[in-house]
Amino acid sequence: MQFGLTESQEFLKNSARKFFAGECPSTEMRRLTETDTAYDAALWSKLADQGYTGIIFPEEYAGVGLGKVELMLLMEEAGRALLPGPFFSTVVLAGSVLDAVGTPEHKKKYLEPICKGEVRSTVAILESGATWNPRDVQLNAVNGKLTGEKLFVSDAAIAEFVIVVARNGIFLVHSKARGLKISPMSGMDLTRKLYVVEFNNTPAEELGSSANLARAFDIATAALAAELVGGMQRTLDVTIEYAKTRKQFGKPIGMFQAVQHQCADMYLETESSRSAVYYAGWALEENAPDATTAVSIAKMYCGDAARSVGNRGIQIHGGMGFTWENDLHLYYRRAKASETAFGDATFHRERIASIVIDSSRVSAKGV
Amino acid sequence: MDLNLTAEELAFRDELRAWLSVNVPKDWNDWREKPLEESFPYLRAWQRKLHEGGWAAVSWPREYGGRSATLMQQALFWEEMARADAPSMVNALGLGLIGPTIIACGTEAQKKRYIPKILSAEEIWCQGFSEPNAGSDLAGLQTEARLDGGHYIVNGQKVWTSYGSFGDWCELVVRTDSSVAKHKGLTVLLVDMKSPGVEVRPLRQMTGESEFSELFFRDVRVPAENTLGKVNDGWNVAMSTLMYERGSYGARLHLIFKRFITRLIELSHTVHRNGRPAAEDPLIRQKLAQCSAEIEIMRFNQMRAFSRITATGVPGPEGSIQKIFWSELNQRLQQIAQELLGSYGQLMAGDPRSIDNGIWSYAYLRTRGNTIEAGTSEVQRNIIGHFVLGLPRSY
Repeated sequence: MQFGLTESQEFLKNSARKFFAGECPSTEMRRLTETDTAYDAALWSKLADQGYTGIIFPEEYAGVGLGKVELMLLMEEAGRALLPGPFFSTVVLAGSVLDAVGTPEHKKKYLEPICKGEVRSTVAILESGATWNPRDVQLNAVNGKLTGEKLFVSDAAIAEFVIVVARNGIFLVHSKARGLKISPMSGMDLTRKLYVVEFNNTPAEELGSSANLARAFDIATAALAAELVGGMQRTLDVTIEYAKTRKQFGKPIGMFQAVQHQCADMYLETESSRSAVYYAGWALEENAPDATTAVSIAKMYCGDAARSVGNRGIQIHGGMGFTWENDLHLYYRRAKASETAFGDATFHRERIASIVIDSSRVSAKGV
Repeated sequence: MDLNLTAEELAFRDELRAWLSVNVPKDWNDWREKPLEESFPYLRAWQRKLHEGGWAAVSWPREYGGRSATLMQQALFWEEMARADAPSMVNALGLGLIGPTIIACGTEAQKKRYIPKILSAEEIWCQGFSEPNAGSDLAGLQTEARLDGGHYIVNGQKVWTSYGSFGDWCELVVRTDSSVAKHKGLTVLLVDMKSPGVEVRPLRQMTGESEFSELFFRDVRVPAENTLGKVNDGWNVAMSTLMYERGSYGARLHLIFKRFITRLIELSHTVHRNGRPAAEDPLIRQKLAQCSAEIEIMRFNQMRAFSRITATGVPGPEGSIQKIFWSELNQRLQQIAQELLGSYGQLMAGDPRSIDNGIWSYAYLRTRGNTIEAGTSEVQRNIIGHFVLGLPRSY
């Protein structure tokens, strides 16, 4: 058993870190947060050149064919850089849904251009109830047409096509489709913009049934948790640096145990999150029987830990941590948005409970 | 990353599992609740059996009676012992901490003299480290040893000594030079507990039982050749012992905790809260799920740590997160048990209405010690702050 990265995994992680540090440094990240879409075409084509846009998808659709652990590593590094824009929406989310539910023809037509970096996409899931339980979806396609609205759809304004989760299947809507209206929502996370997507008798292409959607959502959920790990690591790193250099009472504040022990807890939370995410990536890759539980464990723990790490990081930075100028709040905003996306800790604890508690009742009855 | 066991690891595990299924005593349940004074001979015999099977000290080099097991195999060993619900080994400190230190720092004569009897449980070892005025600040210890011809004369007091009342020998840290910095004047002595002037008093802890003792040394004569390692190098010798304390032994914890949580989940179907089974109470469900998840994360953290140690060769200060994680998790776990069991949670062993014969009330009290023993949570956070994160030393 070897729960560490292989040489090629280390290589991927290190080169991704270098890539994001070079192509998306803090200044560029901040510039993008101030644009309407947080999208930059030049950066996107560089992501594609690296093969990142096709990372986990089959080579027959111009993908790179790497595994879920590799996806976790890439997302961790993207999270460390707080990469703005539609990478998660397009590659991780729309890509995984297409891969899971689409026919080979759909994949050729829609997944391949994603892998090649030619298009942007997203998946519309939530409605006014804003619950992550797929059973709560109300939107219905009637004769290949959609009427209704989806909320909290990330990066929809720059998507060439939007994948829509409806009660009676998974559908695809082109951005130029009749009756489609996309308007911004004003979210806390400045790096990943949210939109209202309205359909009015809008033609939609059916991709398939929602039977395999759970697997795609599990991949996206784990990847979001991985992204949180990178954000936590960055918050920890800058906080340690600050605690070493900021002096009060003639000493670096990191010398005071009230500060030092908070840093130790940030480290514990970050490392434990990383363990949970890597395990989830491995379990997904191996189709392990506990993969779904592992994903919920990772999302549950990372959601809470990212908030806690952010709280501590801002507190240790004192007044500096409360300024607009410091990047910490940008990470903190992303952490809150990602904490709720695809279910917060309460949601995933209930999912875990339904596995570990309810199944035990069934077996108890059986005896 | 490959979390499947290798062929070699599987072979090791299967051999052990087969051996345990035949050899774990069938009457262990009749003994487990008895006080250690009564069960000691029984447990000593169990360790001898393990030794005869070659399983007493799998981590030790073959030449000293071990199996030269890899860290992963050691972790499997403790997992399998827990899975088989095997009795513990009475010479735990000798096997886990002191034996490895003797192998690493001892002379050939010392190895020949002590090692075989540690394995066979003929000689039980205890550890004389903490003192009333030297707990977290171990290097501040005051028990002194003065050289008088071929002997050291030892005077002082130790506390929190596990297995103190059963100890035949003691790994004792003493001050041999008080004129130098506190870390530099320490020496480790191997002390025969039957020596005149050694007094052992059981220490009653908040659970009511006595796992630990106080040791008193009054003009105890220890032959100078019983020095372990170099004179005045005792700090390094003691630290190498404590390194082993954070080793593979923790691998059994997730199974022990899992047994607890599985039992709590089982109980949640029969215990009622607000007019329905607790298993249907949303808040209880959240707490049980959180705890189950954290037990898994503890396991993932351990697996990562073992892999890292296997790759780098040395246990690092990262071990401190394991210590904080398991000890604080165990406290949360027992608090959830109390919430779930309500008034029944307080009933002690022997009360006819107690649940699981009082294990939950006992565990609730016992887990307070978890964040204190083997390095307090505060010391662990200092270790992370300074040695892992590179923050300036706070003390």
